[in-house]
Amino acid sequence: MLKTIIPFGPQHPVLPEPLHLKLTVEDEIITGVFPALGFVHRGLEQLVHIRDFQQMIQVVERVCGICSMIHATCYCQGIEALMEIDPPPRAKFLRTLWCEVHRIQSHLLWLGLFADCFGFESLFMQFWKIREKVLDINEATTGNRVIVSVNVIGGVRRDLSTEQMQWTCSELSWVQNEIACLKATLLSDYTVKKRTVGKGVLSKDKAFELGAVGPTARASGIAQDMRLLGYSALDQLDFEPVVETDGDCYARSKVRFQEVLQSIDLIRQAVSRMPAGEIRTKFKGRPAGEMFVRVEQPRGELFYYIKANGTKHLERLRIRTPTFANIPALLGMLPGMWLSDVPVVVLSIDPCISCTER
Amino acid sequence: MQPEIISVSADTLVGEVARAKFEGFRFVTLSCTESGGDSVDILYHFDKDLRLKHLRLSVLKCSTVPSISAVYFAAFLVENEIQDLFGVRFEGLVVDYERTLYLDPEVAFAPFCTVGAQNSNREQTVTQPGTADS
Amino acid sequence: MFQMMPNILKNLFFPKATRRYPRVVRSPFESSRGALFNDIEKCTFCSVCELKCPSQCIRVDKKAATWTYDPFACVFCGICVDICPPNSLYQKSAYRLPVAGRELITLTGVPRPKLEKKT
Repeated sequence: MLKTIIPFGPQHPVLPEPLHLKLTVEDEIITGVFPALGFVHRGLEQLVHIRDFQQMIQVVERVCGICSMIHATCYCQGIEALMEIDPPPRAKFLRTLWCEVHRIQSHLLWLGLFADCFGFESLFMQFWKIREKVLDINEATTGNRVIVSVNVIGGVRRDLSTEQMQWTCSELSWVQNEIACLKATLLSDYTVKKRTVGKGVLSKDKAFELGAVGPTARASGIAQDMRLLGYSALDQLDFEPVVETDGDCYARSKVRFQEVLQSIDLIRQAVSRMPAGEIRTKFKGRPAGEMFVRVEQPRGELFYYIKANGTKHLERLRIRTPTFANIPALLGMLPGMWLSDVPVVVLSIDPCISCTER
Repeated sequence: MQPEIISVSADTLVGEVARAKFEGFRFVTLSCTESGGDSVDILYHFDKDLRLKHLRLSVLKCSTVPSISAVYFAAFLVENEIQDLFGVRFEGLVVDYERTLYLDPEVAFAPFCTVGAQNSNREQTVTQPGTADS
Repeated sequence: MFQMMPNILKNLFFPKATRRYPRVVRSPFESSRGALFNDIEKCTFCSVCELKCPSQCIRVDKKAATWTYDPFACVFCGICVDICPPNSLYQKSAYRLPVAGRELITLTGVPRPKLEKKT
């Protein structure tokens, strides 16, 4: 059988960011995959030598253009742990609220892109129409749509009044009703099922061995969610990780869909339990030592390693984003697939390559 | 509260990693940082039940470290990245990009290393990657 | 098979979800972070904004009493507004309009005399 090598990417209509895969194909079935990265490597980790540790919050937010608040939260938590600063409880609840709004916005973006990748453009537009309302919530409460810049070391910069919180909850009720209308189309439609069920299957053992994280792992039956660590007010909210067992693209889309509803519920809980008080603690001094921090990004487990030596510049900031961990899992999913299923499978891990190659 | 980090050497590294795999730890990532002077620290991170375990390996720059990608396949990507950015080579890599994952083939020195590593790296031959399959 | 029908019918008979920008412009939210302005009368040229800016887009010259700002390098994070001691920096809620060429904004004020030490 003759082997052909077909390049997938770096420019592809389905991919939000450039990723290059060399697919070895025998008669339309994939037999081997060789990934190549490095198209959007910006060298952001090197900026720690130029920007001091407080200006790095803005740099770290711009690592990813979709889940930026969560990067900033992780970084601030790391520096606060190094300097032993405890942000006030209201600040922790506000951070959780904005992180969950980001998660909703990121999952709605993915749901739209997923529908687009098998040609269902009208469903893509409907999801993004709902996403606009979530971005309006961001802008009205924080000042910007995606890169919100509300985190500072020691707390948050903006407060939410009671009217703003009630308005947020009513907007999210609208979002919930609109999504309920689209649930049947996404999860029960005949053509959607034909394109996604049984494609890109990742068994539970393989997912664990290849180090899959986030919804990719949860769809294969591994109940792993970093929010169970209980950082920043999540220990006072009740939730269970959303787990499916099939491990195919359909299971991954089900997991992400359910997580949107779970995030709306978490925001309502946070609003009802929000304590009164300060939003920021002052601090003095500079960080010194080593710290490891993990938070749950929409795509999985985000891992930060911060090393500081007592000056205003950090010595090392190492960021390991979830897509970096999911690429070996993608290499385990692709062999055996038809060539026409490759875009669907690649998009189902939610690739955020600008995060991967910060 | 400083995290617990176990120190290993290049000889005991693969044994410790294999033991972590046997105990059911999931591979998280590797971190590499300069630790002053001529050495770099490579940290290995593993996770089980939301609990992290770390191993620290101190090596001289431009030295060779055994690869753990035979034990944990997922490590090959981050070991290639460390090869690109720091002056460390891994031997026994399952998939070796030979310093072209992020860098162009003409680049002869590692960006994150200081001058000492750059000079000795220029003497190393950087073989062209498998251009036959591009 | 017809799960999308209620949605399609709603979209046919209800108003559009899109705005005919630029003929119709949505008014910005009150707390949106838009263009940065400096009330140069109040500015003391202490250069705290220059030190704290993450994108280094402000240059302050105390002796010549000038405040130079690059609106195209600015990321509109609002940190300078938060920390400005005399509260001369402020942000309007509308984003700056697109222009044809890049220009720096330089404002000149009155140099502050040095405070005499109390003996």
